[in-house]
Amino acid sequence: MAAGLIDRFKTGLWRENPGLVQLLGLCPLLAVTGSFVNGLGLGLATLAVMMASNALVSATRRWIQPEIRVPIYVLIIASLVTCIELIFKAFFPDLDRALGIFIPLIVTNCAIVARAEVFASRNSVVTSIIDGLVMGSGFALLLMVIGAFRELIGQGSLFARMDMLFGGEPVRGLVLVENGWLLLVLPPGAFFSLALAIAAKNAIDRRRKDARRPLPRRARSLNR
Amino acid sequence: MTTAVSAMAERSIWSSGVTLAVIAAICASLVALTWQLTAERIEANEKEWLARSLQPALAGLFFDSPVTESMITITAPHDLPGTEDAIIYRVYSGEDPVAALFIVSARDGYAGPIRFLVGIAMDGTVTGVRVLQHRETPGMGDRIETHKSDWVLQFDGLSLRDPEPRYWAIKGDGGQFDQLTGASVTPRAIIKAIRVTLAYFEVNRDAIFAAPAEVQE
Repeated sequence: MAAGLIDRFKTGLWRENPGLVQLLGLCPLLAVTGSFVNGLGLGLATLAVMMASNALVSATRRWIQPEIRVPIYVLIIASLVTCIELIFKAFFPDLDRALGIFIPLIVTNCAIVARAEVFASRNSVVTSIIDGLVMGSGFALLLMVIGAFRELIGQGSLFARMDMLFGGEPVRGLVLVENGWLLLVLPPGAFFSLALAIAAKNAIDRRRKDARRPLPRRARSLNR
Repeated sequence: MTTAVSAMAERSIWSSGVTLAVIAAICASLVALTWQLTAERIEANEKEWLARSLQPALAGLFFDSPVTESMITITAPHDLPGTEDAIIYRVYSGEDPVAALFIVSARDGYAGPIRFLVGIAMDGTVTGVRVLQHRETPGMGDRIETHKSDWVLQFDGLSLRDPEPRYWAIKGDGGQFDQLTGASVTPRAIIKAIRVTLAYFEVNRDAIFAAPAEVQE
């Protein structure tokens, strides 16, 4: 079970990362990752919606006729996003203001409906929740990495305004230099950063594959 | 044969409809429940945020009524900056008016309107300027935010007598105010809007405080 779980996490965070590999949910990914705290906030919100929507879709899967499954997914996801939005407004008002329209727009994140269709509609509630956790974490982690990268290069700081999530006085975070390379904070920087992340992942995968190649042919076929 | 098929189709439409209705009801109750649990907190947050963002524009003043208590709206078109309705909060100490807090927007920013607060004391001096909303370039025009730079603080205590109106401009235009490194459009827009607001206050001061307050929910 534990080994299976680790493997599932490897799938969600790396092999089938919703953002990096499946390239789903790119709109919020590109739009809000100007800083680490924005990435973290939207990542957590998406993760929560994904787990809850997977749970609900899986729990109701026996009663849902295939013809009406898509409207039902939309209904479930839209209500959950509304709930999350209300919760953000109540408990993280500053972050809600910073993320603005992108909290309600989680509805349109196709990574969520994809998991409902591909996974939750065919699996038990517990495994579906785990799937939501794994895939949501993959998406959230990517948002955080890109957010941190853009903030670091673009503004010369890291973890600025973490108070929006944890309360307290506004903090400037770790300020390394006063001004960064602005381009990274602007929209083109989002595309560059995502491209770099995808390229880095592919490079690492290729290197690993090359490292494995010397195995004798026989052994490899047995492995399968 | 055909009737059997259509009867079956009809049954499946009905059962689909019922499923959809049941799930919709469940989802709606989920949202309603969350709203019930959060509504009070959200409202408190919004009030607090409004008060918190208005307060800094009234630095150094004594007043004992809540800032948001006495509001009037100046419907567009008006002589204030901006094309939408302007909001004025009147601030009192006891019965005496102390200051007026304007929410105006400068239309000639670099990227869309810049919405900001100007607090003006009864003698016509600026008590504070704070930007509420803008889309200026990050790293350049966005230094009009107080947590990025002190630029907007230089207006505190100034009026149309000090400096004279013609010096309400950036140094590059012959005025007395610093521009922001690499950005002159944004400061120009804000300085002009403050000057216009000050002039409006000078002319309309008594009318502003004579107008009946609007009832707020």
